[in-house]
Amino acid sequence: MTTAALAGLVGAALVGFGLYGLIVQPHPLRKLLAFNLIGSGVFLVFGIVARRGAAAGFPFDPVPQAMVITGIVVAFAASAVAVALIWRLYSETGHVTLDPDAWTEPSRERES
Amino acid sequence: MTFLVDLFRIVAIVVGTFFFVAGTVGLLRFPDSLTRLHALAKADNIGLGLVVLGLLPLTENVLAAFKVILIWALVLVSGGSTAQLIGRALRSGRR
Amino acid sequence: MSVLPFIDIGLSILVVTVAASTIFMQELFAAVVSYVAYGLLLAFVWIRLYAPDVALTEAAIGSGVTGVLLITAGKRLVPLSRTTTEAEPTLTLRVFAGTFAALVACALGAAILVLPDEPPSLAPEAAVAASGAGAGLGNPITAVLISYRSFDTMLEKIVLILAVVAVWSIGTDGAWGNAPAQLRQARPHPEMVFLAQVLVPIGTLIGIHIFWVGADAPGGAFQGGALLAAMWMMAMMAHLTEPPRIDVRWLRLALVAGPAVFLIVGLAGVFMAGSFFAYPPSLAKPIILFIETFMVLSIAAALPMLVAGPPNERPVP
Repeated sequence: MTTAALAGLVGAALVGFGLYGLIVQPHPLRKLLAFNLIGSGVFLVFGIVARRGAAAGFPFDPVPQAMVITGIVVAFAASAVAVALIWRLYSETGHVTLDPDAWTEPSRERES
Repeated sequence: MTFLVDLFRIVAIVVGTFFFVAGTVGLLRFPDSLTRLHALAKADNIGLGLVVLGLLPLTENVLAAFKVILIWALVLVSGGSTAQLIGRALRSGRR
Repeated sequence: MSVLPFIDIGLSILVVTVAASTIFMQELFAAVVSYVAYGLLLAFVWIRLYAPDVALTEAAIGSGVTGVLLITAGKRLVPLSRTTTEAEPTLTLRVFAGTFAALVACALGAAILVLPDEPPSLAPEAAVAASGAGAGLGNPITAVLISYRSFDTMLEKIVLILAVVAVWSIGTDGAWGNAPAQLRQARPHPEMVFLAQVLVPIGTLIGIHIFWVGADAPGGAFQGGALLAAMWMMAMMAHLTEPPRIDVRWLRLALVAGPAVFLIVGLAGVFMAGSFFAYPPSLAKPIILFIETFMVLSIAAALPMLVAGPPNERPVP
């Protein structure tokens, strides 16, 4: 099994782990971690496509790699927006949860 | 001559890797955060230094060798300062 | 007998194990630290896939800056590891999620294993783009980013600015115009100040160097810009400089400079080289470096603002 195929299978496993964490974990920050895991797994699949596309004197295909670089930056930007949303949710309701029934309950500790 | 250089490289990298393994074992097995910091600091400083020393004969020119040594120096500075910060946080958390 | 297959297998097992610990670890802070370690191990995998530029970007942005973002977020959200009223996920949910995730992973793995033996490749077009750019760019990825797929990169810079605008809008209405509060340190520790005073000058030099050699060697605008962003964040965390108010002009100019210059050069290409985003062949390399300089400025301004978060409620005197 070549390096590319092995890395591709690792990427598939990462997508699986991330999907499980995204569905099961209740805390929004952990959902964000799982989502980032899915993203990096997909980028790994891009990477093996790039490795397999070795031609024209390069040991890799530069176009998918450029897409992955762009994707990593955009994934970070999306994570930053998600963190800001979670912070605003916490400062408005005092709870860090996506369960709507919990937002109306009074919280023990509230940021003034 | 090249045999001696190769031998030196292999010995340096193997001993450096041993320090890394020891640091990892310390991280996993030591009971306290402060003792784990101690183990990690050894792995960073000496282990990386020996690995860098072993890699120096492989560099093409003096500039590349200087860059590799600069990497080790930066890891030293940042690793030491971070260990101090974590230690300070641990001590203030304990009080 | 090569040792590389064993390294590959060991690295793969390590990456999957650390990723699993990120999902299954109980405490949130430990999960975030595990994610940072996972990102660094992933950089190794990228090296094995002959992608040093992606490895640099993953280590700098994917694991480094994202790690700073998540740790400062966790510090600010007081109930760190527990949701106050949410129930534990039920066993049926776990079983359903587990089977669904396993199905998706197996389908993806099967698709990877049946990839065609004659892989399609855009490498020849990229090689043409790299060699055709004036003096010739040694790094094909920079050629793809700024020349072959220049429109995509410009749109991605605009996405970064949109993300900064989104983060700023998430603050309350009354807080618009204040400075963000995330990275401000009330009493920075002397070790932090020492670290910042030593690392920021060296890191700035290294960041500019990585950006500049990106034309011919692994590196480029994103990696260098991420390093410069990290240096600014470190200076803010050590209280050597204040997070700026979000309505100051220099910050907005720095943020907009990258995509604006990119767009202007692209439009100028209509007149100078015949089509949108075409570069005249003799001037291609200087133009590319010119665009990349402003891109680095925008990235170095946008990333810390994304980590710093929405503007604070109370204006700081």
